[in-house]
Amino acid sequence: MHSSSTSAASSLHIGAGAGFSGDRWDAAVPVVRTLLAHDGPRALIFETLAERTLALAQLQRRQNPDSGWEPSLEHFVAPVLADCVHGAIPIIGNFGAANPRGAARQLQRLAASLGLPALRVAIVNGDDLLTALTPDQMRALLDQSSIERPLVSANAYLGAREIAAALRAGAQVVVTGRVADPALALGPMLAHFGWPEDDWDRLAAGTMAGHILECGGQVCGGYFADPGFKDVPDLAGLGFPIIEMHEDGRFVVTKAANTGGCVDRRTVVEQLLYEIHDPGAYLTPDVVADITEAEVREVGIDRVEITGVRGHPRPATLKATLCHEGPWLAEGEISYAGPNAAARAALAADVVRKRLHALGLGGLRVRADFIGVASVFGDDEGRWTAAAGVPASPVEDLRLRIAAAAATRQDAERVAREVLALYTCGPAGGGGVRTTVTPRLGSGSCLVPREWLAPTWEFAA
Amino acid sequence: MKDAMNSRTVLLHRLAHARTGDKGNRASISVIAYDPADWPLLVEQVTEARVAGLFASRAPTRVRRYLLPRLAAMNFVLDDVLDGGVNDSLNLDTHGKTLSSLLLTLPISIDNKEETS
Repeated sequence: MHSSSTSAASSLHIGAGAGFSGDRWDAAVPVVRTLLAHDGPRALIFETLAERTLALAQLQRRQNPDSGWEPSLEHFVAPVLADCVHGAIPIIGNFGAANPRGAARQLQRLAASLGLPALRVAIVNGDDLLTALTPDQMRALLDQSSIERPLVSANAYLGAREIAAALRAGAQVVVTGRVADPALALGPMLAHFGWPEDDWDRLAAGTMAGHILECGGQVCGGYFADPGFKDVPDLAGLGFPIIEMHEDGRFVVTKAANTGGCVDRRTVVEQLLYEIHDPGAYLTPDVVADITEAEVREVGIDRVEITGVRGHPRPATLKATLCHEGPWLAEGEISYAGPNAAARAALAADVVRKRLHALGLGGLRVRADFIGVASVFGDDEGRWTAAAGVPASPVEDLRLRIAAAAATRQDAERVAREVLALYTCGPAGGGGVRTTVTPRLGSGSCLVPREWLAPTWEFAA
Repeated sequence: MKDAMNSRTVLLHRLAHARTGDKGNRASISVIAYDPADWPLLVEQVTEARVAGLFASRAPTRVRRYLLPRLAAMNFVLDDVLDGGVNDSLNLDTHGKTLSSLLLTLPISIDNKEETS
């Protein structure tokens, strides 16, 4: 990546290859093909690290010190690595999760297996509070977040600075753990344009461009289609997004060539506001972004320009997510169909509640859903399903779901067994029981004084 | 009577689209007018009070609305409506992703004239 210029040819094109850990493995291929056609600087990002994903990775690393990075890393990167290396497209991903160094080793193994020369892989360190903070500092954060159960992970959201430094030094891949999602895209912008660290308006524009990219296909008609109201062409062939960033902070949102989906005012505004609370103050480690005066304009087919993003000085604190061991989740389902089905399902739910009470488990948090009447709109207290007419509902095919939180696996399994026992001890005609018992992770967040952390980057040996 | 003749009720779904995001036990739901000309109607009728009423069974502790006139959009932030949030909720939809569709069931009164224009 070279120093700045304002000509159109030198606009920086950044594509997204994934918007979450469960994303399509082949989505990056058309993105890279499109980036290769751009005669100018470019980069590819992968966002695969949700709040809970990192805690799961930390648990894996406890079992095996060489694991703890994104399990699908190879599937995401293998289809595009050779093209990115040959085309000088740096890859930036938070797929390092709880073990960026392990991910870097895996990438080197992958490069070797593809017949590529050794990669210059940089890793970003310093987000892991369990290793970065003193015990006194950790205690202060725990007091702030009122977490009482054993901690599994504690990570601060880092910004774009270390990513940019690694790219300037020539990294072909930058592997991070926890960073703010938009920083994955802001990093290459800082490296390319050399924006000053207090140029808040441009940092905010870059951050919102990263925000647009961070959920992958969600800005291109993914998670958007509503037949007859919001139709999306060739949703099955959904293309992933590319932003074209100019030196002055103007940018265009588009998508990979020859793919399905669409990019228009509607898709862009939905994603622009996604997970934003106060649109005047979107807090990130790099800047506080303000989109209250932003303009979104269609400038071509599948091309939308965003202007007018403003920035304010970055916060003095960094947000951190703390994950802790949670309760066990017990779930059990059984279907009732035909005449009077809802009344039988309601009776079954009542039977389970009474049995749990009789077994000394009456204190558990228990919830009943009547799938077919209400599977998700309902509340724990059952107010919604009562208003929806259970047990008098005329629905003739529905599925009772019982869910409970229990402190121990043993108690969770007793809840599941009570749903199973509905076969012979419950109302008439129940069928199709499925039960699961799973351990959960809880999480909380807190604010860490910026000066407590000293993030760094290095080339992985 | 006159009102009933000159206006009718449609679901918000006819006039706007929406997407839910979550952070902890808080949901944020965007509401975006398909036609920017409908935005004043949404400002008038898609209020904090009406949205709080729609979500009453989830007992929000606070509902805030942020207006984005240049985007013909608004953003609602509903506190404590996710049964504890993604890691704690017993709901199948632990993120509350489907709640945007609940918001789009809000009834909106429109002029018959508007419908034909």
